[in-house]
Amino acid sequence: MSATPELVIRGGTVIDATGTRRADVRVVDGAVVEVAEGLDAPKRAVTLDAAGCLVAPGLVDIHTHLREPGREEAETVESGTRAAALGGFTAVVAMPNTDPPLDSAESVRNVYALAEGAMAQVAVAGAITVGRAGERLAPMAELAALGVRLFTDDGDGVQSAGLMRRALQYATGLGVTLAQHCEDRSLADGGTMHEGVWSSRLGLPGMPSEAEEVMVARDIALARATGGRVHFLHLSTAGSVDLVRRARADGVPVTAEVAPHHFTLTDGCAAGYDPVFKVNPPLRPRSDVDAVQAALADGTADAIATDHAPHAPEQKDLPFDQAPPGMLGLQTALSLAVTELDLPPERLLALLSWQPAAIAGLDPAHGGTQGAPVAPGSAANLCVIDPTATWTVDPTALASRSRNTPYAGRTLTGRVRHTVRSGEPVVIDAEAQR
Amino acid sequence: MDDLDADTVAEVLRVTDSFAEVGRRANPKVPALRGRTVATLFFEDSTRTRMSFETAAKRMSADVLSFSAGSSSVKKGESLRDTIETIQAIGMDAVIIRHRSSGVPQRVAGWVDHCAVVNAGDGWHQHPTQALLDLYTVRQSLGGGSEGTARFRGLRVTIVGDIRHSRVARSQITAYAALGAEVTLVAPATLLPPSLEGWPVTGVSHDLDRVLATTDVISLLRLQAERGSGAYVPTVREYSAGYALTARRALLLPPDAIILHPGPMVRGVEIASEVAELPSARITDQVGNGVAVRMAVLFLLLGQGSLDGAAA
Repeated sequence: MSATPELVIRGGTVIDATGTRRADVRVVDGAVVEVAEGLDAPKRAVTLDAAGCLVAPGLVDIHTHLREPGREEAETVESGTRAAALGGFTAVVAMPNTDPPLDSAESVRNVYALAEGAMAQVAVAGAITVGRAGERLAPMAELAALGVRLFTDDGDGVQSAGLMRRALQYATGLGVTLAQHCEDRSLADGGTMHEGVWSSRLGLPGMPSEAEEVMVARDIALARATGGRVHFLHLSTAGSVDLVRRARADGVPVTAEVAPHHFTLTDGCAAGYDPVFKVNPPLRPRSDVDAVQAALADGTADAIATDHAPHAPEQKDLPFDQAPPGMLGLQTALSLAVTELDLPPERLLALLSWQPAAIAGLDPAHGGTQGAPVAPGSAANLCVIDPTATWTVDPTALASRSRNTPYAGRTLTGRVRHTVRSGEPVVIDAEAQR
Repeated sequence: MDDLDADTVAEVLRVTDSFAEVGRRANPKVPALRGRTVATLFFEDSTRTRMSFETAAKRMSADVLSFSAGSSSVKKGESLRDTIETIQAIGMDAVIIRHRSSGVPQRVAGWVDHCAVVNAGDGWHQHPTQALLDLYTVRQSLGGGSEGTARFRGLRVTIVGDIRHSRVARSQITAYAALGAEVTLVAPATLLPPSLEGWPVTGVSHDLDRVLATTDVISLLRLQAERGSGAYVPTVREYSAGYALTARRALLLPPDAIILHPGPMVRGVEIASEVAELPSARITDQVGNGVAVRMAVLFLLLGQGSLDGAAA
């Protein structure tokens, strides 16, 4: 990266965990060297126009399915990180439900190798159990030694309370966090959408809210008992966020994320049986959408995470009950947050950048370079956001190999203008540079 | 079915009269759909519905192609969308679809552009022609014709059994309510849909004995073991004790009440054998009326010219 040119980001408003100020930003050799108003740009420097824009630490997605290895027809590390960069993300955490799953040092090293030179940093979440089968613990210490800080069987929850308790006890010795996909199989099995008014009308088997909530409640009890840190993935119900709110008030070491589709879409979207609206946890009724929005506003939820889940078109041309769950998210997350959430920019960026960076151990406090304040000496992982620009989502124009966005044709407000990764301008004027 | 209003239901029943008359002739065949091609696409096993649709189409002189998933390219891994597009390319005027997944006819309708789609039953969702033939059968008992249709207003209809997993029930409820009937559902709580919000039902009961005296039409549903409904009640015996229409319970019905069952019946589980043989049980009539109703549906979708001409 030493070949990257000097950059000057001019005319924007810098916003980070320390506050908001009008300033230009100068970047040399991958690091921020100067943050001040009215910086001169030397002739050799690349100037990025940030007039009317926010200049922020790069966004960090702690819940991305890159599909490689195993499902390269749906996404690769290369295509997924391109989508990430276009969405303003300078780092993503790759979920381990690949084929083979990321449950061994070898498989983790493989993803790191694939991600060398990618347009965004790729951190790996390791599996909690071997093969994500929920039966015995994966070699967590070996993975932690490779820098893995989050462990999850995402796609499934760890069904056995006893095994989850043991995993949490073990994790406390490693300083890692266990991320749970909360879905009790005995309640959710066979379900294809939220169980309620719409599933009843449409004649589709449902997943009740309790399928999520009983596991949230269980894992709060286990975190309290063991002191192990639990991160709740994609919380989707009012009951779940209430449980987390109370647990945090009690000082239990839990954090939580909300996915953009859960603060944007409702279960009624499934009325036409289009599997592009099928996702786990399922889209919920309006009251739940309001509750997760409130959780993002009041600090109960720490992060917005995309759960970017590409599926090849033929997979989504199946009947609703047979299609796999999941939807694209990387290129629409920031815009949906701006469009759907009535939150000040400081709060939105906390949810999209430095707070998720901290949960994933990618921030400076954990030796990382993500989510850092925009200040001299920080690594230049930055995004420049035009908060008033509007654009219309065109599935064929997305960088992902898949097309399963539920927002096709929607006009959104807020757009990523530039993304800088380790000093390299990987996105300029909403165009990928390589 | 959800968008069927009273006028449309009444229209189907009226047109059915003409085709029921055709069915009673020595040569029950009319040229109404000559030159038209319809395909039956049954991705799920069915005997009576498939035979009924194919008979209906043939009685109207349509060419009928029969496609069953078990013996087709679906077995070789062809996607539903490719199958549909292939069949459309062959040149169909209508496809009649039965699928185990809810919503398939609706999806298919979005994929084809010059071909009518008829729902012959999808998952737990809808089975519109079954509901229409039930209504036609009841209308006959109410005297037939437009006066019979008018008598649905205030008619007390009780639907008993596995409503949760029943496409028949979902269509029946909409159709009966469209004509002004009062629909009561009777089932153990585990066999009711998780939510009835927005459903046009008058009442819900877990006590069959108590609703029988105020029932004009009782429709019994099969306990759908193949859809897993067995696990929703402890035992079949316990279910039958509470919800089967036994000879004792049949005596609690008003004398002119009508007994319906969409079939296939499991005698001894949801209906006692001797009850199924009562004159008030119109189960065989239902099957016969199915052909006429399906002729009417196909005619309304594909037919050209006047009804009188079509049935002549």
